[in-house]
Formats: sequence, structure tokens, C-alpha cells
Amino acid sequence: MTDKMLMILDKVNYVYSEDTAYQIQALKDVSFKIAEGQFIGIIGHTGSGKSTLIQHLNGLMKATTGSIYFHGQDIYDDDFDLRELRNRVGLVFQYPEHQLFETTIFDDVCFGPKNQGLKEEEAGLRAFEALRSVGLPEELYYQSPFDLSGGQKRRVAIAGVLAMKPEVLILDEPTAGLDPAGRDEILDLVARMHRERGITVILVSHSMEDIAKYVQRIIVMNHGEVMFDDTPSNVFAHYRELEAVGLAAPQVTYLMHELKSRGLSVNTEAITVEEARESLIGALTGIDSGRRDIR
Amino acid sequence: MLRDITLGQYYPADSVIHKLDPRVKLFSTMIYIISLFCFRGVAALLIVTAFLAGVIRVSNVPFRYMVKGLRAILVLMLITAVFNLFLTPGEPLFTFGVFRLTAEGIRNAGLMLVRLTYLILGTSIMTLTTTPNQLTDGLEKALMPFSKIGIPVHAIAMMMSIALRFIPILIEETDKIMKAQMARGADFESGNLLRKVKSMIPLLVPLFVSAFRRADDLAMAMEARCYNGGAGRTKMKPLRYGKRDALAYVTVIVYLALILLCRRYLRWPM
Repeated sequence: MTDKMLMILDKVNYVYSEDTAYQIQALKDVSFKIAEGQFIGIIGHTGSGKSTLIQHLNGLMKATTGSIYFHGQDIYDDDFDLRELRNRVGLVFQYPEHQLFETTIFDDVCFGPKNQGLKEEEAGLRAFEALRSVGLPEELYYQSPFDLSGGQKRRVAIAGVLAMKPEVLILDEPTAGLDPAGRDEILDLVARMHRERGITVILVSHSMEDIAKYVQRIIVMNHGEVMFDDTPSNVFAHYRELEAVGLAAPQVTYLMHELKSRGLSVNTEAITVEEARESLIGALTGIDSGRRDIR
Repeated sequence: MLRDITLGQYYPADSVIHKLDPRVKLFSTMIYIISLFCFRGVAALLIVTAFLAGVIRVSNVPFRYMVKGLRAILVLMLITAVFNLFLTPGEPLFTFGVFRLTAEGIRNAGLMLVRLTYLILGTSIMTLTTTPNQLTDGLEKALMPFSKIGIPVHAIAMMMSIALRFIPILIEETDKIMKAQMARGADFESGNLLRKVKSMIPLLVPLFVSAFRRADDLAMAMEARCYNGGAGRTKMKPLRYGKRDALAYVTVIVYLALILLCRRYLRWPM
């Protein structure tokens, strides 16, 4: 069983500034497994430890105690190659556009593949492929990345990680600071990567709304601990507890619960507008009296 | 990683020393440094030690925090001790090739070590109990008289506090960019010097870009709030001397007087 798991976290703890006045326990006994090809959302409010957690997944941070296994291998073993792990677990940081540095967009995207030891030509091919998949117009490829708009810069930065062809793609708040159109564009792009390439995707966010319709599983973080780890509809069923820790379920969840409490037999597990519509049409055409009730 | 670097290394605690006016602390530190380099005799050394120990006690800062500062000057202390040991002229006790060990050398080396250790311990009390902002505030107020002769004291203090404010932000930013580039396979450690310098480009370019962006944002935000220099500007928490500040001044002056008296009348045995 364990060898089929892509990643296993076993009681991972992380303490910032240990033994000083500023000591903070950022992760507390975090354990979970990630199966190959899953689309996972990690949710938590600011300071819940989600960014710390994902930096453990590609070995940028080392757990104070606990272990992490990648394809069954302990990543803290002395002979484990952490650079190789970073090649296979692609991490896109928050505001990734702040990491751009090259003179042209194309060269910047080539940075990752070249670090992997690929030859000029192959790195170039990878870069082309990645830039095309993020939908950047071709005439921009040889311009300075600093001249682009915010959304375009972010797509270039994401392409920079995609060009490394990771098995796992982790994105930390990829939609922060984007307008609704830019947000949908990025999320659709990520969903397409998952669908077409079958890569494992981990999406970090503090907005339930954003990820509800994409992910298969949600891990809720609170004060460095895993609070819930389940399918979206099961997690959102706890919407009262989520509110108590400063998170909110999608608005659809609230609507459905409200309707149900007023006597309309709708499916409270609906999490997207489409599912809610189906359920509503079903409920309204089924019981005609329900329509008068909700007025 | 870089997060562990503390600048200004303020240690939050509740103590009389923490509550003192920063000007008192600046002045006292100055007096303390002067006393360190002019004391003579065992009696004076005892007074200095007692004074230092007393202040450390009262400050409520764990002693190991002050010792941390000593580690940084360990090499300097070693070199000073060696030079003093062998290069002080006097009656040789012991010769080994060109090296001559003298009684005066041993005494000088010992004294120098004590002075350096006390210097670091004493000054670190100031930085451990005063936030960088309080410190610049104190400096600004203390140096205000110089603005009459055309020195832009307010501007200098403002620049200092902005610089101090931005150091942790830039450290954090460096850490973030470094990690982001490491996630893309960058390697900052291995290779020869030329490779290492080259590997800094992916770090430095984004860092400069972000520093300029932040500077722009800050300037804009200050202008939006009608900042126009120090003239007529009031403070939210103006510095005012209290009773304990007066007491501290008296203590420090009595301390200096004692040291100077010892220097004059109790020189024995140094």
C-alpha cells in the first residue's frame, strides 16, 4: 500500500526560532498521504502553517521532528538527493512573478530546465511547450518579463516551473492579487494540467470558493494542525466549525443549508453553482408547495 | 534559514532597563565605555564588574543572549591576546625563538580580554533592551541641537529608522526569492567563486527590483499622508524624562566618579 503512495507525511513538526523568545510551532504532528494523480486543496487562514507545510514537501524546509517519504524513500536520508526531489516536486510560490530575473521571458523559463542539466535545445523546447500551455502570446516570448502585466508575469513564472515537468505541482495562493478573470484563467490552466498530464496538483488557498469546484480532496489547516482532511462536500458539511476558525464554506453551501432549514428538500452537499442548480430544479419541480414556502 | 538572523536583537521583557528613556541608555553606554578604558586598579575593576553584573541582573535578559555577542568577536579577542602576550616589552619570563613572554604582556593581555568582554556585554544590554525605533528616536532627540548649525538631524533619523525597518523585510524577501529559485533547481552553494557569483544573479535582480518597488510605494504612501520633513512634526509618543531616568543619570555619574577616584587614589596594583 505504502509504495503506491506518492508522498507520506508522518507526524511532521516544525518550530520556528527554537529556544528563543520568538519561538512559534508552525506545524504540529501533521500526518497525511498523497496518492498519485490527486488534486488536493490545502486551506487555512493566514498563519495556519500552510505555506510552511508545502515547503516541507519539496525539502526546502526540514522538519524539526517527523519524517516525509517520497515514493517510499525517506527524504531526510543522507543519501537522498534533495535537488532531484525539487525537480520532481514543482513548487510555485506566492507572487511567483517576483522571482523573474532574466532579460527575456524565454530565457527565464529556460532557467529551471537548464538547472536540471538539460541541453540548450531541449531546455528551449521545454520552455516553448510550457509557455504555450500557459497561453502566452508568442510575440511576447523574447521581450523583457518586467514589461508584462501582473497576470501575464504570473503565467510566465508558472511556466518556469512547468517547464521542469514535475510529477507534483504545488501552487501557493496562485490567484492572490488577480482580478476574477485572471483568477479563473490560472485555475483553469491548473485544472487542465491535472486533466491532460495526470500530474498530482496541490493548490493552497484561503478561499474555499476558489478551489471548491476543482479539487477532489481538501486539507484544512488550523494553528499548524490538520483540522479536516476529506472530500470537499464532507469538509463543507462542517461549515459552522470552519467559520469558527475564520474560514467560510462556499456561498452555495450556505444557501443550500438555509433552503433546507426552510423546508425545501435540496442536496446540501452541492458545492458548485451547477450542482446547486440541478438540485434546486429537482426539488422545485418535484414538490410544488416548496416554491411557495421559500417566498 | 536567514530568518534566524536578528538585527537590533531586541529581547522583549519587563524591566526597569527596558523602560528607561533611550537617551539615558545611550548616555550611560557612552559613560560605561569611557570607564572601561580609563579604569585602573583592582578596586576599580571590582566596581566595573559589580556595575555590569547589577545592570544585567536588573535587565531581566537571559545572560546567554549577551554571551552570543561574544562569539562574533572571538577571533578578534584571540588575536589581541596573542599580540599583547608576546609583543609587550619588558622583563622576559620565558623566551621561545622570537617570542618573548613578559609579565607585563600577561597583564596587558588579561586586561584587554576583560575590557573587550565587558565592552560587548555592556553594549549588548543597550541593544537587547531598546528597540531600534526607540534608539533612533533617542538619537534624534539627543542630536537635535545640531540642527541649528544646519545638520539635517530629522532626515538622518528618518533614514535610519526606515533602513532599520526594511532590513528584516529585505532579509525575508531574500529568503523567499532564494527558496523560489532553489525550487527551480538553482544552486547557491557549490562551484568555484565565479560560478557562485553568477548564481547570485537570479537572487540579486529580483531583490533589487523589489527594493525599488518598495521604495516607490513607501515614498508614495508618505506623500499621501502629507509627510514633508521634520518641521512642525509632533510625536505620538514624545520622549519625556521621568523619575527613574533621573535616578539612572545619578547612578551613572556616581559610578564614573568612583572609577575616576580609584584611578587617582587606588592605582594598586596596576
